Amino acid sequence: MSDVILSNIKKTYNKGEVEAVKNVSFSVEKGELFGLIGPDGAGKTSLFRILTTLLLPDGGKASVNGFDVVKDYKTIRKKVGYMPGKFSLYQDLTVEENLTFFATVFNTSIEENYELIRDIYIQIEPFKNRRAGKLSGGMKQKLALCCALIHRPTVLFLDEPTTGVDAVSRKEFWEMLKRLKKQGITILVSTPYMDEAMLCERIALIQNGEILSINTPEKIIDGFPDQLYAIKAEKMGMVLKDIRQFENVQSCNSFGEYHHLTFKQDNKAEKQLKEWLANRNHQNVEIQAIKPTIEDCFIQLMQ
Amino acid sequence: MKQFLAFVRKEFYHVFRDRKTLLLLFGMPIAQIILFGFALTNEIKNTKIVICDNSNDIATRAIIDKLEVSKNFEIEQVFLNNNEIEETFKKGKVKLVIVFPPNFNHSLNHENKAQVQIIADASDPNTANTLTMYATSIIGDYHKELMAGRKIPLQIETEMRMIYNPELKGATNFVPGVMALVLFLVSVLMTSVSIVREKESGTMEVLLVSPFNAVLVVISKAIPYFFLSIINLIVILVLSVTLLDMTIKGSVILLFLESALLIITALSLGLLISNSTASQQTAMIISLMGMLLPTVLFTGFMFPLENMPLVLQVISNIIPAKWYYIIVKSIMIKGLGFSAIWKETLILMGMTLFLLIVSIKKFKVRLS
Amino acid sequence: MKQNIVISTKNLTKRFGSFTAVDEISFDVFEGEIFGFLGANGAGKTTAMRMLCGLSLPTSGNASVAGFDVYRKTEKIKRNIGYMSQKFSLYEDLTILENVKFFGGIYGMTKASIKTKSEELLVQLGLEKEATKLVGSLPLGWKQKLAFSVAIFHDPKIVFLDEPTGGVDPVTRRQFWDLIYDASEKGITVFVTTHYMDEAEYCNRISMMVDGKIAALDSPKQLKKTYEVNTMDDVFYHLARGAERTSD
Repeated sequence: MSDVILSNIKKTYNKGEVEAVKNVSFSVEKGELFGLIGPDGAGKTSLFRILTTLLLPDGGKASVNGFDVVKDYKTIRKKVGYMPGKFSLYQDLTVEENLTFFATVFNTSIEENYELIRDIYIQIEPFKNRRAGKLSGGMKQKLALCCALIHRPTVLFLDEPTTGVDAVSRKEFWEMLKRLKKQGITILVSTPYMDEAMLCERIALIQNGEILSINTPEKIIDGFPDQLYAIKAEKMGMVLKDIRQFENVQSCNSFGEYHHLTFKQDNKAEKQLKEWLANRNHQNVEIQAIKPTIEDCFIQLMQ
Repeated sequence: MKQFLAFVRKEFYHVFRDRKTLLLLFGMPIAQIILFGFALTNEIKNTKIVICDNSNDIATRAIIDKLEVSKNFEIEQVFLNNNEIEETFKKGKVKLVIVFPPNFNHSLNHENKAQVQIIADASDPNTANTLTMYATSIIGDYHKELMAGRKIPLQIETEMRMIYNPELKGATNFVPGVMALVLFLVSVLMTSVSIVREKESGTMEVLLVSPFNAVLVVISKAIPYFFLSIINLIVILVLSVTLLDMTIKGSVILLFLESALLIITALSLGLLISNSTASQQTAMIISLMGMLLPTVLFTGFMFPLENMPLVLQVISNIIPAKWYYIIVKSIMIKGLGFSAIWKETLILMGMTLFLLIVSIKKFKVRLS
Repeated sequence: MKQNIVISTKNLTKRFGSFTAVDEISFDVFEGEIFGFLGANGAGKTTAMRMLCGLSLPTSGNASVAGFDVYRKTEKIKRNIGYMSQKFSLYEDLTILENVKFFGGIYGMTKASIKTKSEELLVQLGLEKEATKLVGSLPLGWKQKLAFSVAIFHDPKIVFLDEPTGGVDPVTRRQFWDLIYDASEKGITVFVTTHYMDEAEYCNRISMMVDGKIAALDSPKQLKKTYEVNTMDDVFYHLARGAERTSD
């Protein structure tokens, strides 16, 4: 059974002037770790707010745990856990006070569901008497997660939990999510970081309020239409400009220490490009066929 | 119920951890009362007065001598015209001017009647009152002595003029005014700001997505401020009784009940403001600009309402603090009971009910 | 080849009470270089950057930016640098053109040069038709590109970029880096912080801050070699994992 179902959800702002979400449909299975991947302004937060009953959709239907997000909002609010994009705890309350408060608000106590949050909470427990406002980014995020989990929600909504958090904390956070998934909690997470997509079971790529693709990360990668090549040379900036001049090149984008490119016609293209670059005095040119990343797929789908 | 208590506890944490605001909350009424208290405890000894003797005859000199003998006054004799009198007051050193018209003694002896004018700076009404009282009684003394040897009754008319504050409003009026202002503003401002703060920080989002009843969120926010306002009220009353020697003539219990009613009115108004605004600044500006000025203007303790144009008088009726001010004056100063103020109480109750219904109706269970 | 040094720090330190936010850092940045300034949250990046921009006085140590001392010549520094952050960039309630003119104006540019340069800028970004639109109505990616162009509008020697591409879509992110490369080719030194490790690869050199100190400083290639890993992600993880500091 699907825990979250959206069909043709629409959301506009400014009296219909801004279309934030355009006819979005997808569903999330029970116990799934589902990622909503897209840049800022893609409509992720609007979707999360509709699903957490904070906003009314302008069209379409959505349900969580089988309850309608408009009609049964009170029931949904009892069941789900929500961590908004912005740090939304009381900065002037201590770690422990925040947690106790949210536990009480959800009609439970820390002890009752301690098992669920133990792994995460023991990391912040040494600072339990510190005010939440004085915690580091990673710590704040762990506390927020504890607060969202304290009532053992059936579905957990995490809106950009890793934005503005450094790579180390991000890695730790995803490990925590994997452990939570094992406890049977359905998790819907959004992120602008494409590399995090691989850590989800299924993902929806979203841009300008529209879903570009929904599938497992592997299948999305398999769906990349062309053979992708990575190229490296001495002068990366110049190489990029020159490659884009080469007629048979369909697309070329910088990707860290490589440029990723596809050809219009793959036949012998690799060799021709090498020669072409050699003629333009590029040295140490390396080309190799590679498997695309989610970011490659996203760029391809955007065009 | 447990949830509700947890919420109230949290609100108290917020209040007590925000030291600056707390200081302001309690500092404001204390500062107002003390400042006013100091303005009142002027020494009425050796006060500089100016005598403008346009007559300079036996009678006026006799009166001046008497004034000089008294320890209350330090006399300076000059000749001044009306404008100059005004100027002397503005400099602030002189509190009282006594003007004898020309031919004082002549009028007294031939017309059996003479006039003397006493002008007082009434910006500090109590001092002005006391000084004019002293001066008239000294002139009265002279009058008695004069009468002793005569058969035809003589008359000295003292004409008193208070400038700057002709109504002589003093502590008795000021304290109810401060009470109305402080209680009303603190409650409106603090509730509206504290709810909007949750919206701004995003915590409202989390609270909305919880089984906690949204209306209770709002009510539990009002509770700490209710208590703070009651404490404020006690502080104001204690200070006015000890420092300003005020007496509370009527029932203290009634006074507290009526005050509680005003606080609830103000809290409901605060809720309404917070429901309609999205940022702390807007809430603060609406509460301060939209509430402070009308409350000061239309309550009647600084500017007499009777002198205002009719339109403003009508407007003043929608200011809750105005009705509270009438109630407090009736209880504290006139010592009246509930039977005298039931109308005002009913008006306040009506306002509260209206504000509460509107703000709960307007409360959004969603973000937009 | 002898390169000109545009930023030079020696034992630069900033303490807040007993807390040492930046702990005796020493490094040089060369003219025209793209210098990546990386570190975990709370490592001291922002504090260090503020000192270099003349916004905060160091507790001890020396530093010069664009040839000016960070203690005494902060006003001169501000004239010679550009700054852009993810949080504040442009006035949302002003139009594109009004923003450009305003920032040109505060750097004391002449009316004539503001006019010609703003036309160039609009053409370069392809925003000619949107010139009179409010900045608030633009998509995030455009805003960030525009903000960068405004930050280098007065031809500063150095431009400081504080997480300029956070949350931007992958295509716009790359277009943004094209702008950075263009600026670098013009001789503008780029000092940039980022959370995207692939962007670290685009820098000529990277410094990694851990607990207020510079734990590593080298080209991305050399760093990967030193730590015997394949990606910058791993370099970062390797260095930042050991961090003890938890405060922001």
